[in-house]
Amino acid sequence: MIKEEKAAKLFRHALRRLLFLFCLGIGGALLSATLVRFAPGYGVQERELDPRWSAQSVEALRQKQVLREGLASFYFHYLSALAHGDLGESDSLKRPVGELLRQRLPTTGKSVVRGLGFAWLAAALLASLGLASRGWLYEASSTAFSSLLLSLPSAVVAMLAVHLRTPVFCAIGVVVFPRLHRYIRSLLVRSYDQPYVLAARARGLGSGAIFWRHVLPVAAPPLLALFGVSFAIAFGAAIPIEALCDSPGLGQLAWQAALSRDLPLIVNVTLVVCLVMLAANSLADLAGSTLAGSTQ
Amino acid sequence: MSPLQKAAATILCMTFALMVLATILVPAPYARQFRDVPNAGPSTAHLLGTDALGRDSLSRLLYGTRVSLLLAPAAALLSTLIAALLGSAAGFLGGWFERIVLAVTDLSLSLPWLFLLLTVRAMLPLDVPPMLSVIVAFLMMGLLGWQASVRVICAATRGVKDSDFLLLARSSGCKPSRLLLRHVAPNLRPLFYAQFWISIPLFILTEANLSILGLGVMEPMPSWGNLLRGFEDFPSLAANPCRLVPLILLVIVVMCFQLVLPSQEVTQ
Repeated sequence: MIKEEKAAKLFRHALRRLLFLFCLGIGGALLSATLVRFAPGYGVQERELDPRWSAQSVEALRQKQVLREGLASFYFHYLSALAHGDLGESDSLKRPVGELLRQRLPTTGKSVVRGLGFAWLAAALLASLGLASRGWLYEASSTAFSSLLLSLPSAVVAMLAVHLRTPVFCAIGVVVFPRLHRYIRSLLVRSYDQPYVLAARARGLGSGAIFWRHVLPVAAPPLLALFGVSFAIAFGAAIPIEALCDSPGLGQLAWQAALSRDLPLIVNVTLVVCLVMLAANSLADLAGSTLAGSTQ
Repeated sequence: MSPLQKAAATILCMTFALMVLATILVPAPYARQFRDVPNAGPSTAHLLGTDALGRDSLSRLLYGTRVSLLLAPAAALLSTLIAALLGSAAGFLGGWFERIVLAVTDLSLSLPWLFLLLTVRAMLPLDVPPMLSVIVAFLMMGLLGWQASVRVICAATRGVKDSDFLLLARSSGCKPSRLLLRHVAPNLRPLFYAQFWISIPLFILTEANLSILGLGVMEPMPSWGNLLRGFEDFPSLAANPCRLVPLILLVIVVMCFQLVLPSQEVTQ
């Protein structure tokens, strides 16, 4: 009975998150539309000045624009196009935004996932080694190393990656690693200092058993929350890294769009990244709630 | 304060002194070109050498330090003020206002910070005068960098809201605005300071990233980010290692800010 209640509670929570995501998606789309609509230069077509276009064609272009002049009409057209998967056309690249996103998202996705894997592995390993050794020299050197990495702008890390010819995911990993290492270390220290861990140790339980049975179940929910946050850090780091390493991903696309003031492109890229982040955070949140429930 | 924190504070004070005295210490105006000595190494005339356009690197570093170290705290002050206003009002008033503020904060926090900055920067003209580009870059950071602090301040305000002294003040007939300004805000002052200090290194690094990408401070105005743009040219960097000085200074200052930061109990 209790199990069923828990499952129903979890289902309600998931449904609420889904509804929240949907509302945010709609809100984000409307906000994006507003940004595009009120951006300086909106509605001015470069093609109108092209002498090769006939008077009828220019008039047809203007008519098409007039249809979307009212704000309500603009929102309606934008949302109906969005519902059909049409995110508009890039001003600078003259290609559909949806097509550009489909091309670029896998590259960034791969780099981000690999970079996160690298960062999590390194951070967890170094934090665990620090706890196992408990030596001041190791602690001081690992803290100094992560502080040094934390003080480097991600664009400088990208330049170093170009110079050392390392893959993009390594650079993303180097940017994310110090943030994870700091948090995981303090979380593990706090978990190991709990009275029940001391009691388990006093009873003669092995370090492996203490970690798997007493430390990990309690540390898992905040670690899952951190996983969601680390996605946002990795995507943010992808902009300078992809731009400077010449990797054809979303980060590079966003940078090019910002440099050429291509608002339909940058706004839609940001919207898609925002939705990906929210989905990742919601999944991490749900998994954390499930784990926390089972631990209790 | 530990000895390490004292050392960090001393380094920061020295850097700030360097920033204040930049006008006296600079050997030449930051934009002046010595066209006969481009890419020169260190010499008595140019202590850190010159860049590819023949501009004195030391002058550019001193002025760049002034730009970055003057405006990053200004942006941090602005973002902390916004966070303090929103966070304390949300925590104090509660209800739908708190829910809306926290939902907006969650939405902004889930979005990578640089994507947000790039979107807003793309809406502004790119060919702005250098001085205006400095103001735009740091104003943008100040106006968009309040989200993380809002959550912390809101949670702390909720804690203060339930305290006995506030109950006493309320029963004495204090108005909500007076409660917020005279009783809640003074109790949150250490937290405001902590959030302010946390934001400074973040804004210094963000400016560096934006300027390296060509979306921050515009040439010829120097900033730490602008000076780091020369790093792409590795052969000349190897020929003149003095070009690493801006990066070393940036890393030292950011590390010092991290060391001087108040304890974790205050910031979380």
